[in-house]
Amino acid sequence: MKKKYFLNANIIDPQNSLDEVGGLIINEEGKIEAIGKKVNENNIPSREKYINLKGKHLFPGIVDMRVFVGEPGFEYKENFRTLSNAALSGGVTSVVTMPNTNPVIDNVSMVDFLKRRGRDKSKINIFPTASLTKNLEGTNMTEFGLLQKKGIVGFTDGIKTIQNSRLMSRIMNSSHDLNSLIIQHAEDSHLAENGMMNDGIISTKLGLQGIPEVAEKIIIERDLALLNEYRCRYHISQISSAKSVGVINEKKQFLKFSCGVSINNLSLNENDIGDFRTFLKLSPPLRTEDDRLSLVDGLNKKTIDVIVSDHKPEDEEQKRLTFAKAATGASGIETLLSLSLELFHNGSVKLNTIIEALTSNPAKILKINKGNLSIGNDADFCIVDINKPWIVKTENLVSKSKNTSIENKKLQGKVISTFVNGEELYKI
Amino acid sequence: MATKSDKAVKISQKHLLGIQDLSISDVNHILSEAKQFINLNRSKNKKLETLRGKTQINLFFEPSTRTQSSFELAGKRLGADVMSMNIVNSAIKKGETLIDTAMTLNAMHPNLIVVRHQDSGACNLLSQKVNCAVINAGDGRREHPTQALLDALTIIEKKGKVQGLRIAICGDILHSRVARSNIYLLNMLGAELNIIGPTNLMPKDLEKFGVNKFSDMKKGLKDCDIVMMLRLQNERMNSSFLSSNREYYEYYGLTPDKLDYAKKDALIMHPGPMNRGIEIDTNLADDINKSVIQEQVELGVAVRMACLKIFCE
Repeated sequence: MKKKYFLNANIIDPQNSLDEVGGLIINEEGKIEAIGKKVNENNIPSREKYINLKGKHLFPGIVDMRVFVGEPGFEYKENFRTLSNAALSGGVTSVVTMPNTNPVIDNVSMVDFLKRRGRDKSKINIFPTASLTKNLEGTNMTEFGLLQKKGIVGFTDGIKTIQNSRLMSRIMNSSHDLNSLIIQHAEDSHLAENGMMNDGIISTKLGLQGIPEVAEKIIIERDLALLNEYRCRYHISQISSAKSVGVINEKKQFLKFSCGVSINNLSLNENDIGDFRTFLKLSPPLRTEDDRLSLVDGLNKKTIDVIVSDHKPEDEEQKRLTFAKAATGASGIETLLSLSLELFHNGSVKLNTIIEALTSNPAKILKINKGNLSIGNDADFCIVDINKPWIVKTENLVSKSKNTSIENKKLQGKVISTFVNGEELYKI
Repeated sequence: MATKSDKAVKISQKHLLGIQDLSISDVNHILSEAKQFINLNRSKNKKLETLRGKTQINLFFEPSTRTQSSFELAGKRLGADVMSMNIVNSAIKKGETLIDTAMTLNAMHPNLIVVRHQDSGACNLLSQKVNCAVINAGDGRREHPTQALLDALTIIEKKGKVQGLRIAICGDILHSRVARSNIYLLNMLGAELNIIGPTNLMPKDLEKFGVNKFSDMKKGLKDCDIVMMLRLQNERMNSSFLSSNREYYEYYGLTPDKLDYAKKDALIMHPGPMNRGIEIDTNLADDINKSVIQEQVELGVAVRMACLKIFCE
């Protein structure tokens, strides 16, 4: 590989407190050789060409902590190849995949399969999670230690929650012993039973079964009470309500844990469901505008650490049904950054905070050396025109499934190109 | 009685999906049309040619006796060719989706499709995929517009108006599409609404609809002109909402002593089918001086004739 030179970019790298106009040099191995304002034309040999990124931004490659891939079992929804193409077009270079596949990622041989497929078909970095319990049944723990040795970065039942408190305490103890990361999707299954959207005036009007906010709060409070007794690496996958933000903010004063939010809950509210738009049937559900504003506030105050896409590809057949029967979830990996930038453009969140929540924060939680532009690291990054306007059109989506929650939305900011290991794998 | 100028009134909607979508003039238009059919239905010769040559398909995904027969009769009296789809034998049982069924039926060029479905919003989904008018005959717990219209017509026939009346709706509000449609309609027509039921059977944020909420039935019935009882929808109850039917009857069943809290001339309504001895005392249900349950069924045909006629145009 030839050396590559970039100059005059607006570089933001929260981990290294970098927020300046400067250059980037990538060495022959695809690693970062030099970065920052010290890199200028004088550092470039006179016969070498450089790319002038004046007016463009350069961010570390995004680390998306919640992604569903259809392999194995649901390849018709998304496979590793289509997922990595969709990710690259959105500046995402590392993804954490959920274990809700068929069969479930709950044993060592499945991890081998995943790693092989990921290596052969994916152009981005795949960090798989395994399930917390065998076959997602919520009864028997998986082999955290052995799975970790195979390269599993965290444990979660994905769309399911550990309901049994005794089991949860034991999971936490094992996690403590083995230093494993536990990722909980917080929702009490009884309170949320048959629920389809936020419990409130809209659900009453539409005649749809609601999911009360307390269904989320009760699991968060229980888990944090347990965490106080059984310390471990604990992460709440994504939250949806003002009440949850309140609890987390309070408990973070004396407990160490982390928390994420889906870009959908940061950008949309229950009113967007309108006339039964099944593409907005999400878990956790979209809640009120007040809840959304609390989530934005939580991000600003570092109560919330991570923004995820909650990329859940579903084929059209699963969405062209009544709201009750339609599948839950939205495709979103390729619009994650652009939709996040809306929060910057409308003045609600600082750019640095957004990039931190998309790159260095998830990497730190996962304990992976990604999401930063440190010298010597893999050159995973994206170049972004943060002002470029565009409209989300289903037909232009790269993902195999087109179930976007923001069809026809006008966005500002688009990824121009994405690099993994110093190689340009996406160009607009 | 409708005058000629009423005929010029156009309905604002293509489909009858819910009372939520209707304007006050739409409602008055439907009610005045319906009034014309009341006498026709009581006369010897009941057949009109208004919808001659038109096709009406009744698509019922949920069991129904009175609504389905009421729509069938309404269509036939207007001269339409009425077909009632038997879902038990249809392709839906073989896994066909709602949209595919709709497309198939649409290809047969009906003028009207009357739909009942167990999922809220099913009629909205269907209406996006067909060319003809869709009439909602009940979708999940969302709306049952013709029931609300026939209830309003019954009240108007018996009390002369809805405006200014105090009306109680009592029972399982959470699962009731009848309650929701009636709340929208009777609110629109100027009634004061007392919604009564155990908190477990009340939907969230109901008070934001501009109604009074009561869990004490006696308080809620105070000085009411109309007492509308709802059926306890046992088939929708997948978890424990109530301790027992007999306790429900004790606190929320309509009995003579509870009815005493309402006005002396209060009328009893029920959309049927009734659970006698669970939500209503059997003698009260049959009391011809107080109960207008039979009139509701009768006027239901007139209201559905009006809806079919108006939305077919």
